Amino acid sequence: MGNFDKKLERFREIFIEHDGYVKVLTGLQNTIYIAVAGLAIGILIGTLIAIIRVSPKNNGLAKMLDGLCVFYVGLFRGTPIVVQLLVAYYVMLPLIGVNLPALQVCVIVFGLNSAAYVSEIMRGGILSVDPGQMEAGRALGLNYRVTMMKIVVPQAVKNIVPTLGNEFISLIKETSVVSFVGAADLYVAFNYIGSNSYEFMVPYLVMALIYIALVAVAALIIRQLERSLRKSDRRH
Amino acid sequence: MIDVIDLKKTYGKLDVLKGITTSIKPGEKIAIIGPSGSGKSTFLRCLNRMEDPTSGLIIFNGQGIIDRKADIDAHRRQMGMVFQHFNLFNNKTVLENIMLAPVYLALRDLRRLKWRNRLTRLRNLFRGEKLPLHPIGTSKAQIKAEARETALRLLKRIGLEDKAHVYPSTLSGGQKQRIAIVRALAMNPKVMLFDEPTSALDPEMVGEVLDLIRQLADEGMTMVIVTHEMGFAREVATRVLFMDGGHIVEDDAPERIFTNPRHPRTQEFLSKVL
Repeated sequence: MGNFDKKLERFREIFIEHDGYVKVLTGLQNTIYIAVAGLAIGILIGTLIAIIRVSPKNNGLAKMLDGLCVFYVGLFRGTPIVVQLLVAYYVMLPLIGVNLPALQVCVIVFGLNSAAYVSEIMRGGILSVDPGQMEAGRALGLNYRVTMMKIVVPQAVKNIVPTLGNEFISLIKETSVVSFVGAADLYVAFNYIGSNSYEFMVPYLVMALIYIALVAVAALIIRQLERSLRKSDRRH
Repeated sequence: MIDVIDLKKTYGKLDVLKGITTSIKPGEKIAIIGPSGSGKSTFLRCLNRMEDPTSGLIIFNGQGIIDRKADIDAHRRQMGMVFQHFNLFNNKTVLENIMLAPVYLALRDLRRLKWRNRLTRLRNLFRGEKLPLHPIGTSKAQIKAEARETALRLLKRIGLEDKAHVYPSTLSGGQKQRIAIVRALAMNPKVMLFDEPTSALDPEMVGEVLDLIRQLADEGMTMVIVTHEMGFAREVATRVLFMDGGHIVEDDAPERIFTNPRHPRTQEFLSKVL
């Protein structure tokens, strides 16, 4: 550890004098952007899938949609996210002839991937709501969709916030593979610093600390959210 | 008001209702009694299609409601239902519970009317002779204010106006059930269906709920009550149906059923519960 001071000095030099911090900030921004936007897309599509999957399958269309959702979830849970990124960027995009920046592709892939997991979380949440809630809404003359959106889903969401928080934290950490398709995240930034200082110990240590801090902040936000959603509970 | 013709319901191989035929007239208070598993709750739940019957007919206000094409939501708005387990919306305050359905439906109707007027105005641009617009006699704010007023009046009636802004989890069973009843009343239903309204209550809370139902009965509300409260059935009902094994075994005035039941099954049941 004798030369740790020297290593720290090298890191400081690249980080501050050679604009390393700009890369890190950009990387941090991209990491957060991909995780947050990915989760938002995931919640939107995931809720939709969950609702389709719990709806009564009383006609052919409903059965077909349900089958489609099962296939979708199986597809995205059955392959690693890195493979999905690579396939999306190097196979799908050229095939359909669209040119999208790597960052956008990452947001879309992380969103679609997260949707598969969120849909299962949400499905469990919806099934955990007392069926009497749906019956009461229907008995008042509200239709299935309205009762679902106004009564059942809000209660389901409240129940699954902790699990959803888990998904968000996984998402933050999983973004560290986006450099596979050339998006600039935290890893890319610290790798740049390491390569330029010929010294990787401090950059990767700092990177780990930043991830820990990020996750800690996310956990804090989730806890606050949980608390504010507990209003209607006896557990104040 | 409600005519039921040869109503049958099967779950797989189990025949729960084996052909129920009866008719409910305006102003009648019908108590359905019988042992558990006799199909009385299933019968009640078929009346507003909480359960889909396997066969048979239910005619409500001259319209068949079993038909797939029937607008069941529109019919349900005229049939209030009260559940054994209250089923207040846990994510809404008491006031929101009562206001939710009336406000949502009134706002939706208003929205539809406005869209129809917009369409008419668009068509009028290309016509010499103008089409008339639908008159709109209300506004969003007015609908909400009126619903709020109704809800508060109903809460005051049951003495719970101070609970308007609390969540159901803080209430006692009796309070929840009384609020569930006025929530149904806020829709101005033509008939009220009670599915064992006091079975999940602590004994000391049964009275307050029965008192409220009795008041409604005295005001002339048509109602169908599945109940185990024989004393209440005898006192409030104008007609009692005794069900057993998926049939209506006996259908008579309460005095006759309770003092002089004709069918051996009715006699046996009443000798056990009275």
